[in-house]
Amino acid sequence: MTSVLPETTRLSVRGRAARRANAEREIAAATGTSRWVVLGVLVLLAGYAVGPLWWLVVASTKSKQHLYTTNGLWFADFNLWHNLQALFTYQNAIFGRWLWNTVLYSGLGSLGMTIIALAAGYALAKYQYRGRGLTMGFIIASFLIPGTLMLVPSFVLLTNLGMYDTIWAMILPGMFSSFSVYLAKVYAEGAVPTELMEAARIDGAGEYRIFFGMSLRLMTTAGATIFLLHFVGSWNTFMWPLVFLKGAEKWPVMLGLYSWLQRGVSTEVDVTSLVITGSLVSTIPMVILMIAMQRYWRSGVTIGSLK
Amino acid sequence: MSATAPVTRQPGTRTDEPTGRARPTGLASPPRRRLRWRTMQNLKGASLSFPFAAGFALFAVVPILMALRESVYTQKSSGLGFGESVVTFVGLDNLARAVGDGVFWSAMWRVFLYAIVVVPVTQIVSLGMALVLDAARRRIAARFRIALLLPYMVPGIVATMVWIFLYSPAVGPLGKFFGLLGLDVDFFSGDMVWVSIGNLVLWGAIGFNMLILYGALQSVPHEIFEAARLDGASEVRIAWSIKVPFVRASLVLTTLLSIIGTLQIFAEPMLFRSVTPETITKDFTPTMMIYNQAFQVGDINYATALSVVLAVVVGVASAVFYRFTNRTES
Repeated sequence: MTSVLPETTRLSVRGRAARRANAEREIAAATGTSRWVVLGVLVLLAGYAVGPLWWLVVASTKSKQHLYTTNGLWFADFNLWHNLQALFTYQNAIFGRWLWNTVLYSGLGSLGMTIIALAAGYALAKYQYRGRGLTMGFIIASFLIPGTLMLVPSFVLLTNLGMYDTIWAMILPGMFSSFSVYLAKVYAEGAVPTELMEAARIDGAGEYRIFFGMSLRLMTTAGATIFLLHFVGSWNTFMWPLVFLKGAEKWPVMLGLYSWLQRGVSTEVDVTSLVITGSLVSTIPMVILMIAMQRYWRSGVTIGSLK
Repeated sequence: MSATAPVTRQPGTRTDEPTGRARPTGLASPPRRRLRWRTMQNLKGASLSFPFAAGFALFAVVPILMALRESVYTQKSSGLGFGESVVTFVGLDNLARAVGDGVFWSAMWRVFLYAIVVVPVTQIVSLGMALVLDAARRRIAARFRIALLLPYMVPGIVATMVWIFLYSPAVGPLGKFFGLLGLDVDFFSGDMVWVSIGNLVLWGAIGFNMLILYGALQSVPHEIFEAARLDGASEVRIAWSIKVPFVRASLVLTTLLSIIGTLQIFAEPMLFRSVTPETITKDFTPTMMIYNQAFQVGDINYATALSVVLAVVVGVASAVFYRFTNRTES
């Protein structure tokens, strides 16, 4: 969407080259100084945005002593490998376990959620049936329900279902995301032409075959977006595992880091350095994923907010 | 059949008597059968939404109904906690207790004051950022946009921890920085802690809000700016009188999401609590109090009642904001 718009404006602008030249001459004086102001403000904002992460990267390369004694914003000795080794061996290598749990919960949950959401969004967009309006009503209404209201009753429900302190508490409830269904519906309306479905029907394909064989493939972009947004969301989740998981060996990485932070410097082993290195290690996959798949989540954010 | 079909359509050909007869019967089949065929199709299509509908009913609708139910009961364990606990119907007692709970309302008030500062500041900074980015040349903007979006990619828990370390007098550079300016700032003191939390929330939120607002700005037709420039409007005037009204809808939405999220703030104060338990009490925010009541005290019913009250407050706040923004428009 964003890649199309500038293209069209540029074309229309080129068509009015003469008028534009006029305008440009008039504003030339203004842009000369204001361009530097704009650039200066951008540099300041970027410094604010990147600074703390710079500190995180620098701090995770430092030994424990240097962490407390040297300038926080510049490197001292390069101790990153040693820190990583300490991180992945501390407490019987539980950090690796936490990372694996996070990948497992986020991966499985998001995979199931994506298929369920694509199917539901497709049905809502492409078929007329009784209950369709009601489902949409519930979906929209659920956007307005604050998550806190769900927490305690969900705890009672999942405990009754025997899911407390199991992997299922982390995976199952998240699979039914109304926001994802909404996104899938918006995408399906644009990505799956009804004529193509009719053509497939004339060729003798059943509705399920059309969905799994054809429409699902047309909705790949939507699927990637929904998967990504949900994956990142569950990677970062904190409150849910805090309530539902008791045993440390089942925790995802965010909860594990929190438990280390809580321990603070009170124990004989100073875990501050571990928390810093662990924070960096658990953030890097997210940053790489988000940058690599920018076009997916940016379109998702835009659709979710503008429609 | 489809291969021979064009032949039958050609005028003057009398061949293919069998296919010629087969087609008309197919088209002229009774309308009722066609209708049923469509209905079957739609039913099959509808069944694709059943897994979602079933899961949504179980994990979203049932808990809400349970919330309403739990809040009108109370559970009292008889004896020393080993005996059978007795569940009794208490009507609106829990809700009344929640509404009259001073601890809850002081938490609510704390978060309300915080929200009334942090929400507008976040929106203003994000809007300013989007406007500045929009004013920059496209190539420069693309480069800076990644940098400005980085905080959005950082998990909220990690962001909070990083800022806690930055604030900490032992490892953080911020204390030394303010020391150079002659200021002795304790970021974890009672006066400062909301500022500290607000700053890190702002840091994490502006990227996302900026993205939405910047996206909205990109869809403003650029001819309008040129026309305004020809009329002699300054860049600031264009930003204020054209760009801001254009992104108003997006601004209302990001503000609304921001209000809903801020009133339920939980993770950030929870993490701060592990550093300064004396400043951040266990009932510091409404959600923290609900968490504490449910999982530390163990009073599920009262925690649910508090959740219902919080949901009502959030709903009222959103509605008031929505009405307010709609009225100023007309």
